[in-house]
Amino acid sequence: MTPVVLTFYLFAIACIAGGLFTVISRNPVHSVLWLILSFLSAAGLFVLLGAEFIAMLLIIVYVGAVAVLFLFVVMMLDVDFAELKGELARYMPLALLIGVVILMQLAMAFGVWTTADGVSIAAEPDAVAGGGAHNTEALGRILYDQYFLLFQLAGLILLVAMVGAIVLTLRHRTNVKRQDVLAQMYRDPAKAMELKDIKPGQGL
Amino acid sequence: MSADLNIILPEIFLSIFAMLGLVVGAYGGKDKLAALFVWVTSAVLVATAAWIGFQGAGTGRAFGGMFVDDGFARFAKVTILLAGAAILLMSESYMARRDLLRFEYPLLIVLAIVGMMVMVSAGDLIALYMGLELQSLALYVVAALRRDSVKSTEAGLKYFVLGALSSGLLLYGASLVYGFAGTTLFAGIIEAAEGETPLGLLFGLAFICAGLAFKISAAPFHMWTPDVYEGSPTPVTAFFATAPKVAAMGLFARVVHDAFGGVIGDWQQILAVLSVASMFLGAIAAIGQTNIKRLMAYSSIAHMGYALMGLAAGTAQGVEAMLIYMAIYVTMNIGTFAFILSMEKDGAPVVEINALSLYSKREPMKALAMLVLLFSLAGVPPLVGFFAKYSVLLAAVDAGLAWLAILGVVASVIGAFYYLRIVYLMYFGADESELDTGGSGILWGFLIASAAAMVFGVVNLFGVEGAAAAAAAALVN
Repeated sequence: MTPVVLTFYLFAIACIAGGLFTVISRNPVHSVLWLILSFLSAAGLFVLLGAEFIAMLLIIVYVGAVAVLFLFVVMMLDVDFAELKGELARYMPLALLIGVVILMQLAMAFGVWTTADGVSIAAEPDAVAGGGAHNTEALGRILYDQYFLLFQLAGLILLVAMVGAIVLTLRHRTNVKRQDVLAQMYRDPAKAMELKDIKPGQGL
Repeated sequence: MSADLNIILPEIFLSIFAMLGLVVGAYGGKDKLAALFVWVTSAVLVATAAWIGFQGAGTGRAFGGMFVDDGFARFAKVTILLAGAAILLMSESYMARRDLLRFEYPLLIVLAIVGMMVMVSAGDLIALYMGLELQSLALYVVAALRRDSVKSTEAGLKYFVLGALSSGLLLYGASLVYGFAGTTLFAGIIEAAEGETPLGLLFGLAFICAGLAFKISAAPFHMWTPDVYEGSPTPVTAFFATAPKVAAMGLFARVVHDAFGGVIGDWQQILAVLSVASMFLGAIAAIGQTNIKRLMAYSSIAHMGYALMGLAAGTAQGVEAMLIYMAIYVTMNIGTFAFILSMEKDGAPVVEINALSLYSKREPMKALAMLVLLFSLAGVPPLVGFFAKYSVLLAAVDAGLAWLAILGVVASVIGAFYYLRIVYLMYFGADESELDTGGSGILWGFLIASAAAMVFGVVNLFGVEGAAAAAAAALVN
């Protein structure tokens, strides 16, 4: 057993175990922690495949952002997890059905899937970007050279999304009190308060 | 690279215009500039249309074939740009009076149009998707523009959710096609997809067709159309009924011919079924409608059925007929929506068709123009709408789809009922309508111009035929 194979099995088992305990652990916080383990093992598997960029992305985006967000949600929201767990048995048949469908799809992909002549399912990773380049460089070349147009279009789509969110939600309130820093700074304490000497028995 | 950028210059120009507009609007006068923006945007759209239209012949491919600029794309782009400009001009007073005229509105329309231009020029599955998403996202926003109204918000949300679903279908199909062909470029797919179609590719093709059928609102993927048409502000509805349909139809033609031109038999049956279902659903379901915007939604479903019939023929003649049909359809719809936009009672919009009874007594000229347009929509000879239907029927018969053409004629007769009902109401209705007379001169101009085009277009269809033939020849070879 070479070290690579050994590492693969290590990560694979950790990944599956993480997934399993995510579902069955009692404490939701533990669930999220198991999920993080699962993500980390998947990242390890990507490194073994030679896709180090995706591995890092997985750790930064999924572990760093998504899982932490989950953790916040789990800790802050008052969700009755015991009740949700009770429904686990109810949805088990559906879950099994989906599992079987996915299994069949995988079997189809690896068994009977036909491709056009001269096309291989496992594309050569270096073929597109010129040999020898590491992941980040190759992705950069594809994204900013070959797919330049599509990259810019994606930018436009995000612009539309931003404009849309502003158009549909922004309301200009006129009666809101806002902090005016300059006015605060240039305020003259001498003018802010005026002392009046009021004699007893007389008004102002 | 600079040669590539040269080819997409009109798109770059429009995008930069939209971004500049956003900056000027945000830091300048905000919504006070909106009316000015509408006029400037219309002028820019017309100028871009002229630029593209007089660009000359030839086919240019940019970015390794991802973006194709050929006669077909130019024909569709000119139609889209002119339709967008016309709708913007029509919407200005309506939106302003209902306090809906935000400065983002014309700019979102411009961005949607950029998406449409990418769609009709797409030479790659990813470019197709990017164009489609850019267009759809902008349209979701303008559908929900009247954000205080539950119906408008519902329209935007419904459109968004179902649009996302259809994008999912499309992407699933695209991934299957990619799995088969090993490339997302249409030029590569057409080489791979020839002869016997394997199951995976067939699934991919069917899913792509389903996703695109959603976008053109062909039955049985039409469910969103009536609600979205009804809920959106009327100028936005008018926009939905014109430019996006041309773009989605152009995209459909490009996908089936550029990428799947080798397996015509496989998509022909899908398109034929979509066509029959749309024609009959559009004709029958519209009969019970009293809301004119919902009626126009069903009318658009039926019309998409006819356009699909041209496409289903699978020949250059079919594509030509489809392009002619779309050009005429857009012209008719601009006039019809100009009329709908002018339907007001005490300044509030009216959408019930009963309000039109005896309208001819109050506004004989407008009623006559609407009569011409409705006859044309129904396909009554000798108006231009008849020639639109005739050309697609002829293409279907020539391609050996006589049964499809016969069903088309039957559906057309059923559909004529609800168009003629409006005419009946306008001329022989029970009690006199109380709709306002007069109204905006722009709307009146568009209504009369569109109706006049339906009458005088019979001479030579304003040369659309020749342009469409050249466009179809560029696509199918």
